[in-house]
Amino acid sequence: MEALIALVIGVLTAGGVFLALRGQTFPVVLGLTLMSYAVNLFLFVMGRLAIGLPPVISDAAAGYTDPLPQALVLTAIVISFGMTAFVIVLALKARAELGNDHVDGRHHDEERHA
Amino acid sequence: MNWLDHLPILPVVLPLLAGVALLVLRNRSLAVQRGVSLVAALALIPLAIALVQTAAEGTQLVYALGNWVAPYGIVLVVDRLAAWMLLTTSLLAVFALLYAIRGSDTQGRHFHVLFQLQLFGLNGAFLTGDLFNLFVFFEILLLASYGLLLHGGGRLRVKAGLHFVVINLVGSTLFLFAVGTLYGVAGTLNMADLAVKLAATPPDNLALVQSAGLLLFAVFALKAALLPLYLWLPAAYAHTSAPVAALFAIMTKVGAYSILRVYSLMFGDAAGPVANLLDPWLAPLALATLTLGMLGAVASTTLRQQAAYLVVASIGSLLLAFGLGSRDAIAAGLYYLPHSVFAAAALFLLADSIGRARGDFADRFESGPAMPGARVLGGLFFVVAVAIAGLPPLSGFLGKFMLLKAALDSPLLPWVWSIVLVTGLLSMIALARSGSLLFYRTHSPHDAASLTPPTTAALAPVGGLLLLVAGLVIWAGPLSDYAHATATQLLQPQQYIEAVLGTAPRPPEGRAPARGTPVGSPLLGSDPSAASGGMPLLAGTVP
Repeated sequence: MEALIALVIGVLTAGGVFLALRGQTFPVVLGLTLMSYAVNLFLFVMGRLAIGLPPVISDAAAGYTDPLPQALVLTAIVISFGMTAFVIVLALKARAELGNDHVDGRHHDEERHA
Repeated sequence: MNWLDHLPILPVVLPLLAGVALLVLRNRSLAVQRGVSLVAALALIPLAIALVQTAAEGTQLVYALGNWVAPYGIVLVVDRLAAWMLLTTSLLAVFALLYAIRGSDTQGRHFHVLFQLQLFGLNGAFLTGDLFNLFVFFEILLLASYGLLLHGGGRLRVKAGLHFVVINLVGSTLFLFAVGTLYGVAGTLNMADLAVKLAATPPDNLALVQSAGLLLFAVFALKAALLPLYLWLPAAYAHTSAPVAALFAIMTKVGAYSILRVYSLMFGDAAGPVANLLDPWLAPLALATLTLGMLGAVASTTLRQQAAYLVVASIGSLLLAFGLGSRDAIAAGLYYLPHSVFAAAALFLLADSIGRARGDFADRFESGPAMPGARVLGGLFFVVAVAIAGLPPLSGFLGKFMLLKAALDSPLLPWVWSIVLVTGLLSMIALARSGSLLFYRTHSPHDAASLTPPTTAALAPVGGLLLLVAGLVIWAGPLSDYAHATATQLLQPQQYIEAVLGTAPRPPEGRAPARGTPVGSPLLGSDPSAASGGMPLLAGTVP
């Protein structure tokens, strides 16, 4: 399971980085979202993978899972949600102000023609 | 309980409450909003002074939120460094706000709310003693800064803002990766506890801790605008409104503060296998940042762009001091920090007045119309330039002098001396050129009505900031003593650790089971005997 989770995080991060390096704002926003998914998963896993264990110490259970990463990841999810909402609004505003959706406000072909 | 016990939390709570109150008051008259905002910003100054006085006695004031003791709860820690940063921020904020009140706050909505929340984030970042909490305060100050940066709108501002937001979001993601790795290895996020745990890193986890440490450095370097991560700064600072750019003069210093805090506490001399992690990186990168920032200042085409590149250069000098790492060098950096913040803020505010006085020419380096009120503007520009270029008699000179003196016994001596002195000369040339172009190579204006003469309200904050710079010289003795004491305190992280964790830290074996992830259990590799004391990778077999 560790290998699978690691692979998922790696693929999400790689996809996120690739998309974040694109020239248009929409893929960039998607890339940032993918990266935040990857990091949320990563944080979550940092409490170690455990199956069927409670997040509190109890005599009835065989052990416990670390509850702190779950709290951390909740905070991180809320923050990344807010940030994603903000960056989408900003991308729309940039589209309106700059007249296109390129992150630099102009497409490279235009530059070549200019 | 004595209310004074709650002093450490007040600089965090006050701007938050003021921000919320301003949101409630958003439909009231502008005068009410300005009044509330200004009173809240002014109230931070006596608070910061009280904290500096407490910290100057040499003890760390630890405030456990909700009375949850460290390392389980989040603590705020006031030591000399945190109090110093708080005082610098509060002084800067008042003058930036005074400048905003004369008009820039009407260009968009919620300026004062965002301003207070920015202060909330800044003060929290300086005070917190918890790594994840530092991340949260970074996000708060960044979100407020996104709003402030875009305040007023406009094409260039939105474009620069988009770049700023995207690169900082990537930075936040990296921050979380680093924090997650450190938690996975050490099982704690309290900085003092991390310092204890990391010093006992087993060889199996060494590579993980080192990569997490360097990842954190990349994040802080991004916030501090260290080479090669400074490219976002010139556009963002040059295109935002003047009071926001002035307030942002402290933002890069948050990155510098975090580098100093984290790497003196967690990766300092006493950190065993991960000691002095940054030594090969920080000073050379800072030297390169200083050089390129100053070349940028020479090549700038507008005054605000030049001011932004001078901020980059100042962060180079500052991190050079921190990178040299000796007590005298850190003290030089700490003395230089408020100077560079106040001088950069004064230049941003003054550039705005100069731009208004030149009408359509704004602050571009072109031969333009003679400005109304050129004598006052020119006089102030001269003083600001003297401060920034580090010429005597102002504090930039003292800061650089202390830095050069501290570099005497460093192996980097030839590099430090040559680059600091040459960039000092370059900054003088750059500022002299801009000054002569703006004030001397002028023609009589065709349309004098379009030129706005500077008002007293616009120049008073610049004057105030320059008075602070002068104050840094007048009280240079006690202030540099304080800076030296701060550096001494930073180089003895044991004191900080004991203050936060209550007692002298026990050996890590004794504390480990409390968290389930003992230091000894390797994160990589599945040696069952090593993991038997706590939680193995798959926790199904925990006793």
